[in-house]
Amino acid sequence: MQQFIIAFLVGGAICVAGQLLMDLLKLTPAHMTVTLVVAGAVLGGLGLYEPLIKFAGAGASVPISSFGNALVKGALSEAERTGLVGVLTGIFEVTSAGISAAIIFAFLGSLIFKPKG
Amino acid sequence: MSDKKKKKLTPVQQEYQAFASQREPKRPVLANSIRAFIAGGIICTIGQFFQWIFMTFFDFTDVSAGNPTVAVMIILAVILTGLGVYDHIAQWGGGGSIVPVTGFANTLASAAIEHRSEGYVLGVGGNMFKIAGPVITFGVFAAFLIGTIAVILKALGGM
Repeated sequence: MQQFIIAFLVGGAICVAGQLLMDLLKLTPAHMTVTLVVAGAVLGGLGLYEPLIKFAGAGASVPISSFGNALVKGALSEAERTGLVGVLTGIFEVTSAGISAAIIFAFLGSLIFKPKG
Repeated sequence: MSDKKKKKLTPVQQEYQAFASQREPKRPVLANSIRAFIAGGIICTIGQFFQWIFMTFFDFTDVSAGNPTVAVMIILAVILTGLGVYDHIAQWGGGGSIVPVTGFANTLASAAIEHRSEGYVLGVGGNMFKIAGPVITFGVFAAFLIGTIAVILKALGGM
């Protein structure tokens, strides 16, 4: 149960950070998500995002910043094995599930659903 | 508007800019933040629930369970987008619905559904990443830079 509360608090805090980026710095949603993804990638490169996921679970892995972290993680773990080429071959290794699911189900959705409003 | 742009404007235009920014409705920053916190927190709690299922019944660790969790959240978001429910969540939650990965799935699905009238190849296929593209582009490029730097630092340190 405690894990759920931590996920709520950390996830909510990251979303507030995004909301403040939009409200105070007047960023568009697209600029805001890009900023968060790059921030997640930088934190991942410094090895700081992994402990956050261990601590907060889905509170850290569901926000889009974990996408940047996962890209870096894939690139680094593959680079460990094969060197510089691994950066290219490994980038999508971890995020494959998310991107594949998003493309496949968005396409299926476009077959099933009609635009609303 | 940036200061550089302001200098190029005529006095009348500057006056108008000052007037317009005065009349611009103030953003309810605190209310927006609270709603983003609640909406984002709830979405992450739902994610935590699926993560718990994956960890308890499918032998995932707390780190590796993130992937299937994200996939399930994306599927849910696509269904809610198709049913027109996610729009209402986004209206209320603001950043709380954009920041989680469900917001990413929502932009993909809504672009795909919206453009289906233009045909499946050029409409759906071509426009699916119209809004979600920047995230992938900048994420991948940042990951490439960071990965390359890490490899070089390691090579230098290993010498």
